Amino acid sequence: MTDQVPNTNNSEQDQVRDERAQRAFDWRRLIALVRKESLQAFRDPSTILIAIVLPVILLFLFAYAVSLDVREVRIGVVLESDSASAQSLAAAFAGTRYLKVTPARDRRQVAEQVVSGKLRGFVVIPQDFEQRLSSGQPQSAVQVVTDGSLPNTANFVANYAQGVVLNWQASRLNGRPTSVINLEPRYWFNAELESRRSLVPGAIAIIMTIIGTMLTALVVAREWERGTMEAVLSTPASVVEILIGKLLPYFALGMVATLGSAALAVFIFDVPLRGSLLALLSISAVFLIPALGQGLLISSVTKNQFLASQIALFSGFLPAFLLSGFLFEIDAMPVPIQAITYLIPARYFVSSLQTVFLAGDVWAVFLPDLAAMLAIGVFFFAIARRKTRKNLEC
Amino acid sequence: MAQVTNTAMNTAITSDVFRRLGQHDAAVVIEDVVKRFGAVESLNGFSAEIQYGRLTGLVGPDGAGKTTLMRIMTGLLVPNSGRVTLAGLDVVDDNEAIHIVSGYMPQRFGLYEDLSVMENMRLYAQLRGMDADQHGDIFDSLLDFTRLGPFTKRLAGKLSGGMKQKLGLACALMAKPKVLLLDEPSVGVDPVSRQDLWRMVQELTDEGMAVVWSTAYLDEAERCQSVLLLNEGKLEFNGPPQELTDQIKERSYRLEQVGTERRAVLSNALNLASVGDGVIQGDAVRVVLREDAKRQEIDNLANDVGARLESVQPRFEDAFIDLLGGGPGGTSALAERIDKVELGSDVAVACRHLTKRFGDFTATDDVSFEVEKGEIFGLLGPNGAGKSTTFKMLCGLLKPTEGQAQVVGHDLRYATGSAKSQLGYMAQKFSLYGLLSVRQNLEFSAGVYGLEGDVKRQRIDEMIETFDLSQYLSTSPDSLPLGYKQRLALACALMHRPPVLFLDEPTSGVDPITRREFWTHINGLARKGVTIMVTTHFMDEAEYCDRVAMMYRARLIALDTPDALKQGAISDDQPDPTMENAFIHLVESAQLDDESRANAPG
Repeated sequence: MTDQVPNTNNSEQDQVRDERAQRAFDWRRLIALVRKESLQAFRDPSTILIAIVLPVILLFLFAYAVSLDVREVRIGVVLESDSASAQSLAAAFAGTRYLKVTPARDRRQVAEQVVSGKLRGFVVIPQDFEQRLSSGQPQSAVQVVTDGSLPNTANFVANYAQGVVLNWQASRLNGRPTSVINLEPRYWFNAELESRRSLVPGAIAIIMTIIGTMLTALVVAREWERGTMEAVLSTPASVVEILIGKLLPYFALGMVATLGSAALAVFIFDVPLRGSLLALLSISAVFLIPALGQGLLISSVTKNQFLASQIALFSGFLPAFLLSGFLFEIDAMPVPIQAITYLIPARYFVSSLQTVFLAGDVWAVFLPDLAAMLAIGVFFFAIARRKTRKNLEC
Repeated sequence: MAQVTNTAMNTAITSDVFRRLGQHDAAVVIEDVVKRFGAVESLNGFSAEIQYGRLTGLVGPDGAGKTTLMRIMTGLLVPNSGRVTLAGLDVVDDNEAIHIVSGYMPQRFGLYEDLSVMENMRLYAQLRGMDADQHGDIFDSLLDFTRLGPFTKRLAGKLSGGMKQKLGLACALMAKPKVLLLDEPSVGVDPVSRQDLWRMVQELTDEGMAVVWSTAYLDEAERCQSVLLLNEGKLEFNGPPQELTDQIKERSYRLEQVGTERRAVLSNALNLASVGDGVIQGDAVRVVLREDAKRQEIDNLANDVGARLESVQPRFEDAFIDLLGGGPGGTSALAERIDKVELGSDVAVACRHLTKRFGDFTATDDVSFEVEKGEIFGLLGPNGAGKSTTFKMLCGLLKPTEGQAQVVGHDLRYATGSAKSQLGYMAQKFSLYGLLSVRQNLEFSAGVYGLEGDVKRQRIDEMIETFDLSQYLSTSPDSLPLGYKQRLALACALMHRPPVLFLDEPTSGVDPITRREFWTHINGLARKGVTIMVTTHFMDEAEYCDRVAMMYRARLIALDTPDALKQGAISDDQPDPTMENAFIHLVESAQLDDESRANAPG
């Protein structure tokens, strides 16, 4: 029976080593893990793709391809009456900037074009137009037919057509020439470039969600999938070190992506940055807490990269896209959905981002947003920490 | 490195624990450990001890509970009941300290493939509280020890299987653990690198370290100083391997020189009541008698076929099968039902100058051979040698870059469809559809091979009856016992009665009893004239083959009968070489050839 323990040289070095190994938290181990993660991130082409290429593409898309402004909507104007006032109303329609008018004599002509999608709707100036006018019901004097398959445009056409009629009538009563319609109907739409200006800051929120949530969920799941987690867990490194070691590099990456996106927004897309850089950075830093926490939580639920990316897509990316108020206004949503948006960290981020870019440092807006993001982040981290154990038990 | 007695403990915490536990001299103490995953009992409550200064083999077929026990010993899993201490520390209560005194190498390569050798080593050094600057000597000695010195800048993912394992070993050895746990370190490692690993482990145990080496290869057990033999979560044997083989002394025999009749002889031998186990070894048939059985019956058999009967040394695997109550009988119900295969030509499979390149990497380089009808033809080689690529070209799954391949006269390049209808293919890991029931799997494979109506129904019923699948028809293949999974996969591959059967690593991850049952079917099929192409990494399984093609670095380095290959490796050191010895010999001479060619002028 050999009952000796293998060589444990009592050298000072080894003592230092063993003492360090005993610590629950050791900076050296953390730095080693951060270093490893950064090396991996730099070498992995998919990280670069998600952190750099994707943001640039998204920003360009939201700056140029996506526009919420409605311009030059094609409609038909059916002139069934030959009276002078009917002619002048038709001219008023043709004279607007936002409608492109196809004149017609018969409504069947234009109806076909609405069906085929060439026109978005048409306005009928009926034969009895004069009588209707004089009966004092100018609103019902014309008929407006719109293409309901595009509700936004339909709404626009209906409202705008009504506006044109009211304007035309107002100017007629005042005895001024019909061409002077100077009521600006744009109060319910964005000013010309306004949509880009609010979309680009919103796009930054989407990018940060992708980097924070999706990338984090993926890289932790990858460690499980490749079996590297098992090896690291068998070393003295603690769970806290492993998790922080994972998060720090992606936090840094997220901040760099924010700065890059902000620079693109300001210098390329002419979005003003009316607030301070400090405010922008602190908002972004605080947003990364719930974003990273969510990624971590996802990776503690699944150890499979495919599943992780699906969950991140549905719980992170899509809500940030649909429910943050970046594309669709929260006030226009049904009340139950509005209630859900309060749970989406991107909601607060978008609100603060739009403020910092377009309005300035309004701390009255920032502070509640920051508090909400922080609270959600702490919640995510608390669950993630509880769910992650330093062993392989599920 | 000096040996120090166990009073030399460094840290306050560990010495505390030692005082609590009193003196100990076992590296690992396992007490009534039970581990369940859902309804499955992975470890059923056994006790054992593992000693310092020894190589302890944790041996058993896949699914025996080896990895579970390894993970419990490293504190990565918590036992349901019972306790385990490692170097005197409880794996649950002193979990943090376990990670300091133990080094663990998981079954799957656990290092970062996108980091270099040195970066991986630095990471593990720092995680274990060491600095590369202060501990440069340790790095040097580890690099020297593992012979990885020239490759420090190479990415770990670009290393060969053997070098990966050595790097894993180097990282596990960082900070000098007292107990080293290696989970299946020899899987995916060619026999030459395996030799290296054995040498390294030997040195470590000589220094006093406790090393646990888990393996599914039963022949590796014989190299361990002590063995824990697991099967289905139960500890079947605990002690030096010699002790187990001694239990079946004088019960192993070989019927020598039975040549072409060997498959019939094996079948007859296995059907004898006195024979518990039997395998083919080249031209000979090796049998193990049941406990207290007389040799009368095999004497008669030997007389009938005119073979010489010789008593031979028992092997660990013989003892293991005996422990489990012997292997299956010698008659294949499957082969009984199949008609003799008639082919137009004697050549079933042929390839000429077969070459496959992926970019500038050549996976298969100018391989030519012919396989006769009814032959069992083995394709052997280390991982990455090109055997899978060659195999896939032969059954029409990959297009060759150059050269041609034929199955039963059909050129795979032009008549892929008609060639494919002539072959059955059983992929690695069985590739059954887990979301379909057993019956649906059978129906699906009958459907893809174009069977219809009465023939389809008849064949499916036949397979169900032959392989005794009726009780499992509506269950998912995933929940089948391993042996039945294999039967089902074989049934699916044979549904259309192909004259040629391709088997890609058919027995990896399968216990020895199931492997024997499988080979009984294969031998039966071969006797009916079915041509069998098989790849395997079990060297002893190559003995079942009529001829073996050895592949190394994309090239065919040898093609001969197993006996001839073994004879080629005979030397003064190895008067009776095994298939593995033959393999190492061939690879080493191929390496020498490569070197002399590289050194030759021009």
